[in-house]
Order: sequence, then structure tokens, then C-alpha cells
Amino acid sequence: MSSMTDSPPRESFRLSQLIYDTRYRSLTIQVFTLVLVCIGIYWLGQNLLTNLASLGLQPNFAFLNSRAGYDITPSIGTWITGYTSAATHWDAALVGVYNTLLVAFLGIILATVLGVIAGVLRLSRNWLVSRMMAVYVEGFRNVPLLLWILLIYSIFSEALPQPRDFREVEGAVSAASMTWGAFAATNRGFYMPAPVWGPGSGVLVAVFVASVVAAVLYRRYARKVLFDTGRMLPMLWPMVVIALLPVIAAYFVLGQPVSLSYPELAGFNFSGGLRVDNALLALWLALSLYTGAFITEIVRAGILSVSKGQTEAASALGMRPNRTMNLVILPQAMRVIIPPLTSQYLNLTKNSSLAIAVGYADVRATLGGISLNQTGRALECMLMLGLLYLALSLAISFVMNLFNASMKLKER
Amino acid sequence: MKNSVLFGTLAMAGLSAAAASAATLDDVKARGNLNCGVVTGLAGFGAPDANGVWEGFDVDVCRAVAAAIFGDENAVEFVPTTGETRFTALSSGEIDLLARNTTWTFSRDVELKFDFIGVNYYDGQGFLVPTALGVTSAKDLDGATVCIQTGTSTELNLADFFRANNITYQPVAVQTNAEGQQQYLAGACDAYTTDASGLAATRATFEAPDDHVLLPEIISKEPLGPLVRHGDSDWADLNRWVLNALIAAEELGITSANVAEMAAAPTNNPEVNRILGTEGEYGAMLGLEPNWAVAAISAGGNYGEIFERNIGENTPIGLARGLNAQWTDGGLLYTPPFR
Ligand SMILES: N[C@@H](CCC(=O)N[C@@H](CS)C(=O)NCC(=O)O)C(=O)O
Repeated sequence: MSSMTDSPPRESFRLSQLIYDTRYRSLTIQVFTLVLVCIGIYWLGQNLLTNLASLGLQPNFAFLNSRAGYDITPSIGTWITGYTSAATHWDAALVGVYNTLLVAFLGIILATVLGVIAGVLRLSRNWLVSRMMAVYVEGFRNVPLLLWILLIYSIFSEALPQPRDFREVEGAVSAASMTWGAFAATNRGFYMPAPVWGPGSGVLVAVFVASVVAAVLYRRYARKVLFDTGRMLPMLWPMVVIALLPVIAAYFVLGQPVSLSYPELAGFNFSGGLRVDNALLALWLALSLYTGAFITEIVRAGILSVSKGQTEAASALGMRPNRTMNLVILPQAMRVIIPPLTSQYLNLTKNSSLAIAVGYADVRATLGGISLNQTGRALECMLMLGLLYLALSLAISFVMNLFNASMKLKER
Repeated sequence: MKNSVLFGTLAMAGLSAAAASAATLDDVKARGNLNCGVVTGLAGFGAPDANGVWEGFDVDVCRAVAAAIFGDENAVEFVPTTGETRFTALSSGEIDLLARNTTWTFSRDVELKFDFIGVNYYDGQGFLVPTALGVTSAKDLDGATVCIQTGTSTELNLADFFRANNITYQPVAVQTNAEGQQQYLAGACDAYTTDASGLAATRATFEAPDDHVLLPEIISKEPLGPLVRHGDSDWADLNRWVLNALIAAEELGITSANVAEMAAAPTNNPEVNRILGTEGEYGAMLGLEPNWAVAAISAGGNYGEIFERNIGENTPIGLARGLNAQWTDGGLLYTPPFR
């Protein structure tokens, strides 16, 4: 038996095998490339350090703790961090991060909504509707984003009235007036009423959250009834009632804890209420419209990728067209849509760094702009910015991968 | 704009280690032209004319340096920079000299590692407002929206001024003077603030300059001057003495009209002779031809001529010499002697 387990005589390993033996060759090439890349990176890094040293600059992050000294336009970031010019460069960077997150978040939502609607409409059999969507897509996709941002911004600042025009002049009509005494569109920003949270509003918020949860639970129950018994319960109006009625009741029971503060012209500007800066609006709209045009095409491609037989089968079963779309086509199209959609989200987030063009204080404008310029720490700031956008992108990809996994075809 | 910061950083990484410390003069001579950083456009200080030829008060400093090196005032490549990109452009080596109404401050000199070669305009920060606003003092600007160019010293002064006076404002960040002007004229900001000279130059280009006033407060000292990278003292010396030559020329009565004649043969003023190269070896010590200063002065005239032609009282900008008069006329211009 022993002769059976004997292995063939082992070949001794020769160096030339690394190149000629296909078992090793790919490994050799990979190791070789890796070494080259490492040498390249080392060379660049070394060069950078030598160059900086000869300029007398050593990479150093201590500047983050020194006083920033500049002011930032009021925005969500300054509101969260309480930033003033006495804060540090690190705080200024944080303000920028919050502002970047805000515009990216709002942009992703609006771009998705626009893209899905336009994508479906683009396939409409109505000639006018589908042509209009084509014009939208081609118009936004083929013009640089920066131009759209600047265009929208300059429409706001050139066409809208100045706060001064809202001033009441004795015996004359003022040049502009507020809408319902509550909204004002000026060439600096849009002003609207803001909620003022009085005592007891915490309870109100809790009631609101609870009723939304209840509404969602009702929806689940209705679906279960539908799938189990085929009986269709009304969906929309009970959900609205469940979500809103308790809140309205609680609002009055608690003695109206939440009131509104209205914007009012005081001095040079409006005060009170909520102010949405034109820079944010312009950036948000331009980013969403631009990315939305790409998403439109992705959605269209996704829908077209679902074979026509599916639609026919659905209508043979007597489904109405919008049900067919929602229950049959879109769920299958999603699998094709999500991966390219993810990269559009990443694009949008990174494109938000064009904010500086309209003076919106995103992280590229604070950390990568003013702080960089005032301290001269270009390398450090660029490094931090790079890492930040990398982290943001990875986070978005991670969430979208989870979503993608949940949308996979479930085999039963 | 965003790109040039990035490329600047990359260029810093990619250049061979020798670049930063090499003799800038040798590089400039080998290249055959001077790379000079200027504004993106500010009337009187630096802007291309109708034919695309750069002209202005700061531009003339670039031209004088190019003339001193090459004998040709046109051997300059002008690189427009914003308040934000100018320093990266200089430290990365994209430009050899930055002549762009830049304020000499401690942190720029020491922390950012630059060498200011002198002051060519003593200035201060002011505010421009529409007359219709009825504001007479900067302290009345409580709650106002103010346009401000990012990456400037004026941005920091603005924050300090409002803080010190316990009043508030909303900044609108702009990147270039053109953008600031557009926002200001559209009424997107109540006031525009920057160096008073810049405000005067900006206002001069308005359709109705008289509808706008400069408020009386000057809230800072802004000594504006050209600068070079730290670490090449020979290059800094060359630029410093070209500027000094322009200022000294005015003091000594050398003008673009008479410089050729004065340089033809030694005069009886030894300092004039040393400047114009008819006596001593000053050109050679700077690594230049003996007639370096003759070329520099012929390019655009002496300091006074440059001032009058670009921003003086007979131009639309109409700035008085004020602090920028020679010390002999009660101003601050006082060059060290050529000795
Ligand atoms: N002196 C200040 C401000 C200089 C500055 O940027 N001034 C503006 C406004 S006058 C300018 O020249 N802009 C011209 C441009 O945008 O190219 C500094 O050095 O930071």
C-alpha cells in the first residue's frame, strides 16, 4: 500500500519558473507592479517632504487649533456649532462638513425624485411629455454643472428684489411685498416662518413620531390582509388620519406649544423666521437638476431592461398600468438602477464642492479655501479634504450596497 | 480656481527636489520670460486692455523686473490669480513674483514663508455703500450684508472690526473683484469692503460712480507690495532693488524721458551713476547687465510716472499720492540708498 501514497518525486524550484511557469507568472507580475507602485509613492512623498522642508514647511496640523478669525455666512453649520470668528480652524472645517452634508443630502433626495419622475415620463406615450423630458435631460446633461449653478444664482441675485424694496414708503407702493405676510423672496435669500418650540413641544413631537409609526404599522397590516385574504383595505385616508389626528388633538390639548416666528424687515435685512440662503438654493437646485438628468436616463434604462413580457403578463392578469409599474416593473428595474444610481450619488456629493462658486460655505470653501489660504497649509488641508470626501463616498456606497442587497431577486 | 490649488499641491509633490531651492534667476533666464502673478482684473492695478495687453500699477512692477532681467518689458507671462489661489501659485513655483495688491502681514511673511520685497502702495481697508442707503459711518452697518473677497487679509479685518464694535453682519463670500462688483451692484450686499484703493478703482468703473460713497472709516493698515518665495535671497534682492530703483528714480529726478540721456555718460550725482550703471558694478552683483535699472525705468517710467499713468489724479480712478508720496513730500516712500 505504501507505494500507492507515494507522491511523484518533487521538482526542485527553479528561479526561472517565476517567469515561465504560468502557475507563478501572474503572482510575479503582481508583486513586481506592487513594488513599482510603492517605489513611486515613496518617491513622490519623499520629494514632497524635501521640497516642503527646503521651503521651511513641515506638515503640521497644529493650525487646526488656532483662531480662524473669519466669519461664515449663517448656515446650518454655524447654527449647529455656534461658530464665530473667535472659533478655531477645526470648527470652521466642521461648519463646512455640516454644510456639505446638508446640500448633498437635500440634493440626493431631490435628484432622485426628479430622476424617477422624469425617467418614467420619458417613456410616456404622450409625445409632448416625452419630448419635454428629453429636452430636460439633454439640456442639463450637456451643459457644465458650474454654469447651471452660476446661472441659477445670478437669476436669484439679479431678478429678485432687495430687502430694501420691501420697505413701506409713505404715500407710495413699495417695490415688493411679502406673500401672505409670511414669505419673502429676496436677492439674498428666501425668508419663511420658522417654528418656535415652546414648553411641552417635546410631548408633541413624541406624539407625532408615535402616530407616524402607527400609520406605518397600519399600512403593514393592510398589506398583510391583502396578501392573505385578497381583501383590499383603504390605504391612503386612514394613514393620513392616523398620522395627523392625534397630533392636532395634542397640539390643542397642550395649549399650542409650537408657534411660528415670522420674518420681518428690520434695518438692512429681514430678521426672525427661517432664512434659506440663495447660495444654498442655487447649489441645491443646480446639483439636483443636473444629477437628476443622469438619473432619468438610468431609470429609463432600468425600466426598458425589464422584458415586455412582464408587462403583458401583468395586464393579462388584469393589473392596471400604474400597478404594473409599481408592483412588477420598478422592483425588477431597481436591480439595474441601483448600481449606477450609487455612482450618481457619489458624483453629486463630490460636485457639491463647486459651492465656492456661489460663496456657499461647504467644507471645500472653509477648510480647503479660506483656512488653507490664511494658514498656507495646502498639503494638510487637501489631505484632510481628500480623506473626508473618501469617507463620505464610502459611507454612501456602503448604504447603497445594503439597499442593493435588500432589492436582490428573492428566490422562494 | 479649485484646480490650481490642487495642481499646485500636486506640482509641489511632483517637482524634483532641487526645484524649490534652485536659483530662480537662472530658471527665469533659461525660460526666457518672467512668470508674474497678477489680479484677475482690477482697473488701474492690473487688467488686460482692449487688445489683451496687461496694464496697471502692479503690472508695471512685473514689467520693470522683466525689463531689468531681459531688457524687454514684454518678457512677462501674466498669471491671473484670485485672493485664494495666489499663495499656492507662488509657493508651488507656478509664478516667480506675485504683484497683486497683497498686504504684507506677519503670517504671510513668517508662517506662509514668503519674502515681501517692499511696499508699492500704502493702503487701508474701507467700505463702499450706495449713497441711497443713507449710511454715513461704518458703525451704522449693524445687521448689514457685506460682500468680501475670500482669502484676503480684509476678510479677517472685517470680522475683527464688527466684533470690536459689537455689531453684526452677514458676509457674502466672493472670489474675484468682478464677482464682488456684480453682487454689490445687484444689491445682494449692502456694502462692499476691501482695500480703499481697490474700492476707488472698482467705483471708477461703475456707470454712476457718484451714487456710491466710500465711508470715512479706514479700519486697517494694508501695506501692499510684491512678494517672492522665501529661501532664494538673491532673487528677493533683485526684485527688491528693482522696486527701489523705481522709487529712487523719482526722488532723483530720473524719468523715462531723460533716463537714456542721463545714462549716456556719468552725471555729477554719484548715486544716479551707480543706479544707471555708469559707475560701479551693481548690475553684475545682481546677476544682471549694467544697464538693468535703465531698462526698468524706461519700461514704464519711475514710481511717480507709473502712479500717475495708472491710478493718479488724472485717471478715472483719481487717487491722490497721500501716503504714497516721497518722504521729501511728506509721504512714506523712502528707499534705502544705492551705495
Ligand atoms: N490686500 C488684501 C486684499 C487684496 C485683494 O484681493 N483685493 C481685491 C479687491 S480690490 C482684488 O484686488 N481683486 C482683484 C481680483 O479679484 O483679481 C490682501 O492682500 O489680502
